[in-house]
Amino acid sequence: MRGRTGHHLGVALGLIVGSGVVLAGCSAPSSGSAESGTTLTVFAAASLGDSFEELADGFEQENPGVEVEYNIAGSSSLAEQILAGAPADVFASADEPNMHTVVAAGENSGEPEPFATNVLTLVTPADIPADTPANTPGITSLEDATAEGVKLVVCAPQVPCGRAALALAEDAGVELSPVSEEASVTDVLGKVTSGEADAGLVYVTDALGAGESVNAIELENADSAVNTYPITVLAAAAENGSEHPELAQRFVDYVLSEEGQSVLEADGFGAP
Amino acid sequence: MRVRPPAGLAVVGILGGAVLLVPFVALVAGVDLTRLPGLLSSPSALDALGLSLRTALTATAICLVIGTPLALVLTRLDFPGRSFARSLVLLPLVVPPVVGGIALTEAFGRRGLIGEHLQLLGIDIAFTSAAVVMAQVFVSLPFLVVALEGALLTRGEAHERTALSLGASPLRTFLTVTLPLLVPGLVAGLVLTFARALGEFGATITFAGSLQGTTRTLPLQVYLERETDPEAAVALSLVLVVVALVVITVAYGRRDRRRDDRQTGARA
Repeated sequence: MRGRTGHHLGVALGLIVGSGVVLAGCSAPSSGSAESGTTLTVFAAASLGDSFEELADGFEQENPGVEVEYNIAGSSSLAEQILAGAPADVFASADEPNMHTVVAAGENSGEPEPFATNVLTLVTPADIPADTPANTPGITSLEDATAEGVKLVVCAPQVPCGRAALALAEDAGVELSPVSEEASVTDVLGKVTSGEADAGLVYVTDALGAGESVNAIELENADSAVNTYPITVLAAAAENGSEHPELAQRFVDYVLSEEGQSVLEADGFGAP
Repeated sequence: MRVRPPAGLAVVGILGGAVLLVPFVALVAGVDLTRLPGLLSSPSALDALGLSLRTALTATAICLVIGTPLALVLTRLDFPGRSFARSLVLLPLVVPPVVGGIALTEAFGRRGLIGEHLQLLGIDIAFTSAAVVMAQVFVSLPFLVVALEGALLTRGEAHERTALSLGASPLRTFLTVTLPLLVPGLVAGLVLTFARALGEFGATITFAGSLQGTTRTLPLQVYLERETDPEAAVALSLVLVVVALVVITVAYGRRDRRRDDRQTGARA
């Protein structure tokens, strides 16, 4: 009886040790070793996803042996992860408040630099089938979109694109009466491309990315709510390896270079 | 006496329990008690809580009305492909809720299969509380159906046969024999259905949108608060955890006690 329990105990201990190894494997830092090349970890805001993929290709070509790995999410989630000790080398935020959070916690290394701007635009669903009741009744301006009966979708004031939408409306002297305030700009775009909403306020870069599934209507006062994107090298870069801080700075410089800026411009971003 | 599990496995089992419990302990530890009353009584929090309770209760009632007959059809009606149909019922439970939301949009959205026709009748579902209820019914109905199927199958049909042979009509048999016997399974199923409806997030945000007082339920409010006020998100999460705790205690606590009583009885 005792002997068998002992046997079971051995198996169980094996399982515990085994699962411990698996867990350790999960939490191992993702930075690569020096011989096989270096992995630079960049935390970038959701709206930067496509542009930064392209920038990574260019940067990797200029720096052989270096691999850029992205964590793409909402800026506030990224800031939260950085404060929680995520091993990131570079942080590119979609707004200044979230960058400020990181700076206030002393997680940056060097001053954050603005590298791009983004403004809002009005989008309406394209390709409305002829036999359905027109669900975009001649919307050509922000005033039209805020009219009674129009299903307007915007971002919630808690997120950057929602703050920009409020500033824009205030500047235009109109009051937004949205049917939904989404937690992310991609959710706003989704409601418009699916035809659920008559109109939505999204970034020009999102409208450009959505292509022909939406009509983008440029707003006269778009410049009254300009979102500035800052980028910085993070203090954690030094912990990832001796070559990381310098490499991270090189990445930031690349984003700010003429080559980097032209990639961002092609995707609809404005110059800082 | 109970057959105890081997000591080693018991240790692993306790570790397994820790995996489940530690995040909740951390959540409770993270609540700032001094700010709690203020955070929970803010207009947005109260709106979200009220909306969540209203929609989840409505969804549970709808599940009761359509789920009970569905469970009966799936267990008591012979038709080809029945076992396949029974597994199909689990689909909303297994797919990610966001997929459920997209499916609901494809069906009931303005350009959806059915929504297109509703639109012509002047019925618009998206961005209304009705859309929230639909999303909740969609994801929580399987819980009720599965619970009732279990109750119907384990209990057999002997009592109903007797009632029918004595001349009771099928409806009377259902109301006076089947339904009362189903009550324990029904209660457990309804409680789980309510809990799932209350926690619904993915399908709601995809299909219904998010507007204070109309479609922004408690889980959506938690998600949004995270952006600016993580502490408020933690406080609201606590409310959902407490509700969930009450729910599982009601649903499983009673059942366990009964089982223990039965075992004690058998030993005596």
